[in-house]
Amino acid sequence: MRVPCLALGVIFWCTGAALALEIEDHHLFPGTGERVLRIVSTTDLAVFEPYILAFQDDRPAVAVDYTVVSSSEMHSAIRAGAQFDLAVSSAMDLQFQLANDGYAQRYQSAATETLPDWARWRDLIFAFTTEPAVVVINSTSFTGLDLPVTRQELIAILRDNPDRFAGAVGTYDVRESGLGFLFATQEDRSSDAYWRLNEVMGRLKPKFYCCSSQMIEDVAEGELAMAYNVLGSYAAEKLAQDQSGQMQILRMQDFTNVMLRTVLVPATAQNTEAAGAMIDMLVRLGMRDDPGDWPLPSLSQTSTGEAIGFGPIRLGPGLMVYLDPLNRRAFLAEWENAMEQR
Amino acid sequence: MTSETRSIGRRLTLLLAGVAALLSLLSWGMVTALAREATQRTQDNVLAASATTIAETLRTEQGEVRLELPYAAFSMLGAISEDRVFYRVTADGDTLTGYDDLPQPIAGRQGQIVFDTANYVGVPIRIASISRGILAGDGPVLIAVTVGQTRDGAGAIASELSRLAAILSVAFFVVAVVLSAFVAQTSLRPLNEIAAAVSRRGPSDLRPLERPAPADLAPLLAALNRLMARLGESIRRSEDFIAEAAHRIRTPLATVRAQAEIALRTVSGEPEKDRLRRIIRAVDESSRSAGQLLDHATVAFRIEDLASDRLDLADLASQTVAAMDPTASMRDIRLHLQTASAQITGDAVLLEAAIRNVLDNAIKYSPEDTTVTLTITRNEAEACLTVVDQGPGLGDEPVAALTERFRRGTNTDGIVGSGLGLTIAADVLRAHSGRLELTTAPNRSEGACVSLVLPLA
Repeated sequence: MRVPCLALGVIFWCTGAALALEIEDHHLFPGTGERVLRIVSTTDLAVFEPYILAFQDDRPAVAVDYTVVSSSEMHSAIRAGAQFDLAVSSAMDLQFQLANDGYAQRYQSAATETLPDWARWRDLIFAFTTEPAVVVINSTSFTGLDLPVTRQELIAILRDNPDRFAGAVGTYDVRESGLGFLFATQEDRSSDAYWRLNEVMGRLKPKFYCCSSQMIEDVAEGELAMAYNVLGSYAAEKLAQDQSGQMQILRMQDFTNVMLRTVLVPATAQNTEAAGAMIDMLVRLGMRDDPGDWPLPSLSQTSTGEAIGFGPIRLGPGLMVYLDPLNRRAFLAEWENAMEQR
Repeated sequence: MTSETRSIGRRLTLLLAGVAALLSLLSWGMVTALAREATQRTQDNVLAASATTIAETLRTEQGEVRLELPYAAFSMLGAISEDRVFYRVTADGDTLTGYDDLPQPIAGRQGQIVFDTANYVGVPIRIASISRGILAGDGPVLIAVTVGQTRDGAGAIASELSRLAAILSVAFFVVAVVLSAFVAQTSLRPLNEIAAAVSRRGPSDLRPLERPAPADLAPLLAALNRLMARLGESIRRSEDFIAEAAHRIRTPLATVRAQAEIALRTVSGEPEKDRLRRIIRAVDESSRSAGQLLDHATVAFRIEDLASDRLDLADLASQTVAAMDPTASMRDIRLHLQTASAQITGDAVLLEAAIRNVLDNAIKYSPEDTTVTLTITRNEAEACLTVVDQGPGLGDEPVAALTERFRRGTNTDGIVGSGLGLTIAADVLRAHSGRLELTTAPNRSEGACVSLVLPLA
């Protein structure tokens, strides 16, 4: 069974290019002046709102038009020439391809110069968070079981307790979610346990989701016993609000994917000055040492020490490999084989 | 005055610096070209590896061409630089996957990698392409794998190397200029040494320069030595001539005088005796004039080439007094010398001639049975030989005029003279940085006072 995405399904005609954009959420933060900073983002409005408000504290004149879409929607919209001043996305591979194919503008400032090399590429893409992929569980479903700390243990637990977990496992629908696809392909590259885990999950009739927030919600409410590969930042946010005390975040010790949330200025951007100012602010927050009250972690919070392997997923042409249509088709076919067992 | 042209040292330095600049520029150009070539090759190698890695994953499955882009094929391109990456895989010219407008170089032999530089999406890119035949359902299919990359990284490395090469070239040039100046200085050293050796020489030192000289300077040295030999010869000949002339003039005059003396003793008529005395006086005068002319020539000649020996003025004065004493006593004139030692430097021959001429004048103009006094005095810086006679004095004319050549005082009627005596003395003293002072004697109503003032050694 598949849960449909929380898409509002609003048909929206973009200025300049006539294309339909499937908008999930939209909000205009009015400013005192006439200028508008148009942001297209995959980040939930609730998560990104503090950043917009902080930006408007500095520049009250600039109105911020915030549109939430899925990463693949954003990717094709920008390729088709949709006019946005800033594109914020968690799908690094799609962002990278936009930059590589010339759909991004160069931006350089004192703030971006402070970014480490792995957090920017050609002054086109800038990372401002490091967010790990985690496993979120509902602890009632795990009563009497040892909490798994590696994929091997997770596989063993799922295999040994099919009754308990049947229909109660959720993960990204990698066909729909850009971030899910990124996590899946990176895991495929890094860990041989991934496909065995998929096989085991596939036997349990998993639920597929478009977005982390919905998955976490379902775990908190007890509809899911476990959600695999969800955004750690969202989970932590939810955990802080959770009253039931049943939700728990697990970080796999054998390997953890760490994603960089990135921002770029599309080639069609109009208000590049405000876009640059926003990038500077995001980068400064990304470089902060003190976690503070911000909903998204900084670059240093998860990248150092905790992550096993090579640190965050590398911003580089390697990201384009799985986006290749042939590769993508082959990967999805294999994924479907594993996940949708009859 | 010889006109100076540009110095050899500077010209040599400029020339060498010019050569160094040319070489620096050349080496910079070469390093830059090599850096470009090297970075290009590095990029080509990575592109070739990437294209080969992709081509190696090609396979057929159920008669269909299957391709799986290996992660490494692209990640290796990202490892060396942040360059944009493009790729395209074609089967018999139809795009299988990738950027279907990416230019594809004309394929070479199967398995051979072809490189090309092209423009894609408005930027220059480097392309590597490899083709490979594969057996699909209906028969062989030619698969071409093309991987392209922008050249920013390679360009940046090449520019950086070029910049480094430029810095090195400038440094090399600066060092070369310093070395050039040093080399020029060193090469000119033998020449400067010869010049110093020549200028260090004493005034009459005309010996040939005998010192080791580089082959290039040997002709100059030889010419210089020949010139000095000729000069020495010429001087010797002049000296010989002067001595010869003096001898030739004085000897017959002495004979005439001796004959006149004999005649004076043998004739008895007073008018004849008087005539003979006049002859003798004229002969004496001629002999003295010849001596003075020779002295004058000697002085003019030796002043050019002044010796600077350490001398005592007192010795010179007493020698001269001794030489002049017979002449003085013929007229019952007493020479009174009050010496004090005074060290001076100078040419003994010239100074003696000066004193002799002054003393000779004093004797000539003194009346019979008088005294000529020579006094040597000295202060801190100067020695002074004063000659005072009891003659008629220097007359009314300005005293400076008396030292002009052939000029005689206004009150000399009746006394034969050439007018050269004081001129000779003044010339000699001037050459010795001294002076001749002429005054009328301080404590007698008449009589001349001539002072020879010389700096002390």
